[in-house]
Amino acid sequence: MRRATPMVIIVLWLRGVRRPIFPCGQAKNMRPLTQEETNTFFEKLSKYIGENIKLLIDRQDGSYCFRLHKDRVYYMSEEQLKIGSSAAGDTLLSIGSCFGKFTKSGKFHLHVTALDYLAPYAKHKVWLKPSAEQQFLYGHHIMKSGLGRLTEDTEQYQGVIVYNMNDLALGFGVAAKSTLACRNCDPMTIVVFHQADTGQYIRDEDTLT
Amino acid sequence: MADEKQSLVDTVLSQTSNDQQLKTTNVENEELIELDEGNLLAVNENKIDTKGFKKRGENVLLSLTRDATQVLFNSLWKLPESKTWLPREKPVPKKKAPTKWEEYAKGKGILNKKKSRMVWDEQSQQYKPRWGYNRANDDTKDWVIEVPDNADPYEDQFEKRKTAKKERVAKNELQRLRNIARTQKKKVPGIGLAPTEQPSKDHLSKALAVAHKSTASIGKFTDRLPKEKPSKFTGKKRKFEPSIGNLGTEKEKQLKVLDSVSKKIPTINVTKAANRVLRQDEEKRAEDKKSKKTPKKMKGRKATLGLGKPGRQGGGNKKTRGKRKR
Repeated sequence: MRRATPMVIIVLWLRGVRRPIFPCGQAKNMRPLTQEETNTFFEKLSKYIGENIKLLIDRQDGSYCFRLHKDRVYYMSEEQLKIGSSAAGDTLLSIGSCFGKFTKSGKFHLHVTALDYLAPYAKHKVWLKPSAEQQFLYGHHIMKSGLGRLTEDTEQYQGVIVYNMNDLALGFGVAAKSTLACRNCDPMTIVVFHQADTGQYIRDEDTLT
Repeated sequence: MADEKQSLVDTVLSQTSNDQQLKTTNVENEELIELDEGNLLAVNENKIDTKGFKKRGENVLLSLTRDATQVLFNSLWKLPESKTWLPREKPVPKKKAPTKWEEYAKGKGILNKKKSRMVWDEQSQQYKPRWGYNRANDDTKDWVIEVPDNADPYEDQFEKRKTAKKERVAKNELQRLRNIARTQKKKVPGIGLAPTEQPSKDHLSKALAVAHKSTASIGKFTDRLPKEKPSKFTGKKRKFEPSIGNLGTEKEKQLKVLDSVSKKIPTINVTKAANRVLRQDEEKRAEDKKSKKTPKKMKGRKATLGLGKPGRQGGGNKKTRGKRKR
């Protein structure tokens, strides 16, 4: 987290491009999360990094914030926010780094783009054998045969960050079995459900923002 | 006296009859005459009607000259164009206020497509107006209507069409009145919920919200279900915090939320604890069984020594007791 975050603000500003008309009721400009949204967002985040969310909000190197724009939650510095808010809402495509999106039913989905912020604070980790790396990066669940190591006392359905043996974060998922249950199951059972992996940068290039 | 009066009337009458023969200021074939106002000159270069000249002589020339002079004087007496703008007497009429649909259509970018007034009528094989009297494809003139599938066969389809039409008209009238009231900035009472043929999920929850409030106390004491969600249709608009505000207070708020979230996360591992309790229970039960068994085994010796619990006292009959011992 020490490294400087790159300032990324993508603005669509071409003459002749027809601005999309937003359906009634949807806010055009980015805004802070409401109480409820913050709740669901933090609940999801805490599955991966627990109370370390505090380190994201309360940072020593400057003030950072979360902003909602077109149902997506972006994490950005105050400086970025100030520059970005001068762009018209419907022309702003992305700002800072996207953590995920709110679904229509109000749930929150994390995106791979949040991995850079989840990995350093991860509470529960999974290490993959080199043979299973590719399978995971192609979007498959992790089977016990591909499991290298697993953090002790991981519960079932606990959010886990997936690493390879060289401690490179590859993505994240949800533990399908607890650590204890993992020991006794056979090699073809699914141990971690896939949620996001870095392969998505290529596969879902057009939808990731 | 009477004769004098009569003569006066006669002279006046003759004068007016003479007046009627006077020519107007308008001249026929005005464009044939060329004018030079600076020299007070009017020229008619056209050929003189020789036949008329032979008949009427100088009168033709006279009338030509009169026409030319009249045109010349017309042009001399013409007023130049006014230079100052006079204010208009009445204010500019106001633009008609847009209806609610027009506002919505504008926001959505919906354009009004012009439809032709006349439509081909298949039945009469001719073009007829789209709406109004003697309109094309008039479904009120049907003498027979097919009963649709899954419809009640005893339902009057004609009546159904009529009521549907009446409802549409009533709805339109209501909307018209509401549009008028809206433009005059008068408060329009809500009509609650209009009945629809296929009520949606939203319609149902709206109906519930209306029903909740339809009490003397505006729903203050209405009972709620245990896990009922707050209604979406409260009429209150969501308000968001400004995007660029005080980041400090925002941070504090988020930390508070974080606190409440972390309180929700149980500090003990529930499954682990439950498993432990289950195991303890099992062990206890197993021990109980053992402790029950031991006195039986030791019955012979310990019972006599006064150790352990006394064996079964009474109960059972002779037959079973004998069998067990074996």
